Amino acid sequence: MANPLFQKSWSPYGVGAGIGMLSWFAFASADHPLGVTTAFENSAAQSARAVMPTIDHSNEYFAKKAAEGKPLKIGWEWMLVVGLFVGAFVSSKLSGDRESSIVSSLWRWRFGPGAFPRLVVAFLSGGLMMFGARLAQGCTSGHGISGTLQLAVSSCIFIIIAFTVGTITTFLLYGQEGARHV
Amino acid sequence: MFESPERLALGLLTGIVFGFLLQKGRVAKFEVIVGQFLFKDWTVVKTMGTAVVVGAIGVHVLVAADMASLHIRPALFGGILAGAVCFGIGMAVLGYCPGTSVAACGEGRRDAMVGVIGMFAGAVVFITAFPLLQPIINGLGNGGTITLPQLTGTSPWLWVAGLVSAIAIKANTRNREKLVGEFNDGN
Repeated sequence: MANPLFQKSWSPYGVGAGIGMLSWFAFASADHPLGVTTAFENSAAQSARAVMPTIDHSNEYFAKKAAEGKPLKIGWEWMLVVGLFVGAFVSSKLSGDRESSIVSSLWRWRFGPGAFPRLVVAFLSGGLMMFGARLAQGCTSGHGISGTLQLAVSSCIFIIIAFTVGTITTFLLYGQEGARHV
Repeated sequence: MFESPERLALGLLTGIVFGFLLQKGRVAKFEVIVGQFLFKDWTVVKTMGTAVVVGAIGVHVLVAADMASLHIRPALFGGILAGAVCFGIGMAVLGYCPGTSVAACGEGRRDAMVGVIGMFAGAVVFITAFPLLQPIINGLGNGGTITLPQLTGTSPWLWVAGLVSAIAIKANTRNREKLVGEFNDGN
């Protein structure tokens, strides 16, 4: 049998079970749920303070975080994001499952082959997604997996609305025809 | 400035395993995430569903054994609603969620790299606009850090058992379809 580490894909059920068990490990070892976007908020806050020191007093965000006993530090969450990159890099290198094209076939069919429009839209949509994640205090990991596995009301509402809106947006962008080009 | 080296190492280790799993699970791919929203490819739902069921069992055991505590985000309805709408639109257009964007960067995907820079910019906008956003976040009231068992006055184990039986039924019908399929192929 081939070494699974060199395979390009694993069963979604196996991967899901692995992520579930990784959640146990995160709760047991660090008393922390898996989540990605808090690290971005934290980095953004530290950068804003470095560029504009007066924001510390003018923006209530900083006082609020200090009051919550959450000083802005590079910590577990930040390293989780670094590790995410490293883990995916190693996995894709081992299997040769690398992707260098900027425009996927579905996007090309709908919006043409230009890389520049795709990158501009990626920047803007990435920004909107993160803005939304911080408004709601979580993302697919923090709410969608970690929150729902804790049976949190906030997370269940978030993931149902987010995925419904995502589905509607996708059908508005690509229509039913789109499914033939994925 | 930094947390303890042990916590940094733990975070890195957890992240590496997480990234490895996301890449092997093919969920760090534009086609797979958009394919889910088009109901063509069910990888995202299968992966997330299994992660939630398996995760729920262990985390509730850990909490019952007093080895971990729950970390529930508050149900600030305005923030959740507005945030989920922005998030859903952004994720559908980008074709990655925040975690899978970072994993997709590791896979060499350049649109995801630009997406991650955009994500950082979005976080800066959020911090800068934070005082102005308070009416939206708090506008529809705060349900508190509440769970479904607390809301309904039921035991969390009832919910965990429900999740487990849902996946058991799913696996059972899948196996049966497979057996029937093999039987038909045999004829």
